[in-house]
Amino acid sequence: MIAAPAYDLEKVRADFPILSEEVRGQRIAYLDNAASSQKPRAVLDAVDHVYETGYANIHRGVHVLSERATEHYERSRRRMAKFIGAQSADEVIFVRGTTEGLNLVASSLGRYALREGDEVLLTGMEHHSNIVPWQMVADLTGAKVLAAPVTDRGELDMDGFAALLSDRTRIVSVVHVSNALGTVNPVDEIARLAKERGAYLVLDGAQAAPHLKLDVQELGCDFYCLSGHKMYGPSGIGVLWGKKRLLEAIPPYQGGGEMIRTVSFERTTYAEPPAKFEAGTPNIAGPVGLAAAADYLDGLGIPEVAEHEARVREYAESRLSEIPGLRVVGTAREKAAVVSFVVDGVHPHDLGTVLDQEGVAVRTGHHCTQPLMERFGVPATARASFGLYNTEAEVDRLAAGLRTALEVFRP
Amino acid sequence: MNDALRDLYREVILDHSRRPRNYGAMDAANRQSDGFNPLCGDRLRLFLLVEDGAVRQASFVGDGCAISTASASLLTEAARGLPEEEALELVENFRGMVAGESEPDGESLGKLTVFAGVRDYPTRVKCATLAWHTLRAAIEQSGETVKTE
Repeated sequence: MIAAPAYDLEKVRADFPILSEEVRGQRIAYLDNAASSQKPRAVLDAVDHVYETGYANIHRGVHVLSERATEHYERSRRRMAKFIGAQSADEVIFVRGTTEGLNLVASSLGRYALREGDEVLLTGMEHHSNIVPWQMVADLTGAKVLAAPVTDRGELDMDGFAALLSDRTRIVSVVHVSNALGTVNPVDEIARLAKERGAYLVLDGAQAAPHLKLDVQELGCDFYCLSGHKMYGPSGIGVLWGKKRLLEAIPPYQGGGEMIRTVSFERTTYAEPPAKFEAGTPNIAGPVGLAAAADYLDGLGIPEVAEHEARVREYAESRLSEIPGLRVVGTAREKAAVVSFVVDGVHPHDLGTVLDQEGVAVRTGHHCTQPLMERFGVPATARASFGLYNTEAEVDRLAAGLRTALEVFRP
Repeated sequence: MNDALRDLYREVILDHSRRPRNYGAMDAANRQSDGFNPLCGDRLRLFLLVEDGAVRQASFVGDGCAISTASASLLTEAARGLPEEEALELVENFRGMVAGESEPDGESLGKLTVFAGVRDYPTRVKCATLAWHTLRAAIEQSGETVKTE
């Protein structure tokens, strides 16, 4: 039997230049990966390479640099199609990020599918970016937005979810992995229930992409959104995947250059997807960096990454449980690398400031999930979220910083 | 606690955050305003009793970090007895100090200079000013006074 190669954490860390930055004399312990992750050298180099060797506007130029840039861009689209298991690269739309992807789907699918009295079913653990765009299109169409309940552990209440599904449900839009709690939702079961009702299924994969091996066809959804910057790629680039026949059927999102076939003042016809949804000059180098991030993740192996992160998260949960008055918010059985917590008598914002002094970066606040915070009766939490480069020693620094905070704030 | 933290979390601030003064709704209040910091979820409600153009009493309820709680608590002490214009001046002086626009001026700000350290923490400036913006709103809403029968 051949043993699996051990996860080489030292080598991984050396790939990320920013991890050797010092803050107040200490190496930064970056535990805010659910907000945004750091970039490996390979991603930085890939972006530089575009600008240094093959940058121009894409698709239209007849000159060599435009051809090279177009090839960079379209090769990245094919790479991302493979990364998410899409049937065809034409199903991959480059967007600014998950927020833009969800806005696009809500606007275009919403206008296509929703009529007065129809319902959009969300869950109580959605990020604001998977709530507000639906409310906006509901206002336009007269549809209603509902939210399925969340249990005390921070899992989706599947009975409650099923009870809210009806023949009026036209669209179900659910977060794959919760950014605030780390909960991994049972998307297979969700897809099965949505299909039974003939509803379209949209998945917000912003937090899933860096932790789970994706196969959009197997997931059984109709649309899937992700952000490059949360999976070690550049910010300002993400992917919206949609089934080809739906991308053909729904109306465009933005109008402009590149998304048309012919334009006249009498009648304009649109290009085929993906161009139909990519009006204007896009982020040209971003997709190249994103494709490099996909290469990087696949090079390490997403299952290996996930296993490493689970080890760090479990270590964190055990170290934090030793801290008096600390309560973890979100204890789902299926969890990604997030530990959200509150500490009796110390506001999360103050915890964040003390930890920052110790060179430990965490997120504090409502994590753009105000309804979820309300559900748990807290105004905010502190959140440590782990990435493929985090170490148990960094968790020790988190725990030590929390003890310092207790000394300061507990009378 | 290191020196930088000690500069931010001065003893007076910690004391007021643990035992906020004038905490609670005020039945006699004739002005009321809500403050909300969407960045961190801090909320507070400020109650004022204004008579003859001056703040007679101030109290608050709310849920916030040490900085915002202590700031509200010290505000309720500092605003008491001030004519409305002077209270508004104090809001401006306080804001200027924590935003780093003016030096801490003990003469006009008194005990409130303990918040001077906030200027070194740009992400915490809004925590310190929340109660003060709320005070300004409560005073300036004079046309639509909240009635307490």
